[in-house]
Amino acid sequence: MSESAVEAAIGRAHREEWARVVAGLARRFGDLDLAEEATAEAYVAALERWPRDGAPLNPGGWLTTTATRKAIDRLRRESHRDAKHQAAQMLADDAPSDPTGPLEDDRLRLVFTCCHPALAMEARVALTLRLLGGLTVAEIARAFLVHETTMAQRITRAKAKIKAAHVSFRVPSAGDIRERLAGVLAVVYLVFNEGYLASAGDDSLRADLTDEAIRLGRLLRMLLPYDGEVTGLLALMLLADARRAARVSHTGELVVLDEQDRSAWNRTLIIEGHTLVRERIAAVAAGEEPPGRYQLLAAINAVHTAAPSARDTDWPQIVALYDRLVALDPSPIVRLNRAIAVAELDGPDLALAEIDRLTETLDGYHAFHAARADLLRRVGRGGESRAAYDKAIRLAGNPAERAHLTRRRDQLVR
Amino acid sequence: MARYMLSVFGPAERNEFGDYPSKEAMLEAFADTGAFNEMLESAGHFVFADGLEPATTATTVDGQGERPVFTDGPYLEAKEHLGGFWVIEAADLDEVLALAVQGSKACRGKVEVRPFQSAESFQALLES
Repeated sequence: MSESAVEAAIGRAHREEWARVVAGLARRFGDLDLAEEATAEAYVAALERWPRDGAPLNPGGWLTTTATRKAIDRLRRESHRDAKHQAAQMLADDAPSDPTGPLEDDRLRLVFTCCHPALAMEARVALTLRLLGGLTVAEIARAFLVHETTMAQRITRAKAKIKAAHVSFRVPSAGDIRERLAGVLAVVYLVFNEGYLASAGDDSLRADLTDEAIRLGRLLRMLLPYDGEVTGLLALMLLADARRAARVSHTGELVVLDEQDRSAWNRTLIIEGHTLVRERIAAVAAGEEPPGRYQLLAAINAVHTAAPSARDTDWPQIVALYDRLVALDPSPIVRLNRAIAVAELDGPDLALAEIDRLTETLDGYHAFHAARADLLRRVGRGGESRAAYDKAIRLAGNPAERAHLTRRRDQLVR
Repeated sequence: MARYMLSVFGPAERNEFGDYPSKEAMLEAFADTGAFNEMLESAGHFVFADGLEPATTATTVDGQGERPVFTDGPYLEAKEHLGGFWVIEAADLDEVLALAVQGSKACRGKVEVRPFQSAESFQALLES
């Protein structure tokens, strides 16, 4: 086997098998720390052995067996574990668990453990990226612009809490699963959004994070194929990510939706996203419960990505979808986005009146001032528009967005 | 089964009805808390529970020096102090959190859930 083929096999095994190996070990040994370290060691062993012996026919099986051996070695070295406990773990069946359905998949237990509501949001994100995504601590630290030791500490502390507070490695009970799943989706969406428009740092878009979020979204859909919101979130991420290439100009400036070169959009992702949205529309029509926020956001993105141009967008449909979203979640940010759509349907004056009502709550949010600046420009209030652009630029953390806002401001006629 | 402490905090200075706005509110909270305690007992979770006198009645003791030092008042200076607690046993964090929700409702206060050290974690500490 050639060197590049082995490298590709290891890369593929990392993407496809990491979460499964960690999850299987976590179930068997009841210890996330041990599961993570033994899995990492198994991949190091693969890096040494596969180039020499060739990649195994069943990489997942090889990694699981190797990681299990590494875990048992570790337990043997740790004298503090009482002998009986240790023996019980070593005697445990070597065969993989016999899954009777997706709810029995160890990876789903891992998802719910990493996203446990007793953990701080930043800890959930870090654990999910490390244990499910297989990102290194250094990669996660870089993604969230914190020092590597800080991130390592965050992950260690979260794992220690899971252990000390006895967070069970299981899927929540039927009564809790809905709320707990919403928490899981929030973690994935946060990772996606940080990549979609980085809130700080030199990189405007972080494809590593959007790709990882989509990968997690696909995993969740595979595990919970009949959950509308799981499908909705995946569709939303695909349709947003489809526009990636058109979202930043070659000079590093953010390009807003109505100015994007739509021929640069990724058709494959759009088709996949549209298929998922249609699947949900059919399911709701067939009597399933009405769509939640991710399905509505996916539908809004489906309408945008179905239009040949901004002008040809079905704005009444977009506003109608936002109305349903506001009914579900009347938060100021949702109302801001609805107002931006209203500007296209009913004109900037009406939208401006709606946006001004949000001033008190959104005064510290750059997108509020950016939207307001644009509307003020369109109604000919140049002076106020300039002041709003200034505020938006001051508050914006993303360099491409700052560049876009600065150009817009400088184009205002004095 | 794992053991947890559920702590309830209240203002350092209490009024004539403890931490409650009126006598009726106080009696209602006591009744609800009593019912919650009975449920804990019958479901096998209960280990111990009690309420504390106000933090102003506390004495802080430092016996590390040659002569003991006694200080009037609680160890931590704060606007709110531990007012009462439960010690309970539960299968895991999810179970104890669900119980804490009921306890919080019953006693009309926020509840802090904290695990006790287990034999295993204590052993690990000894051998670290």
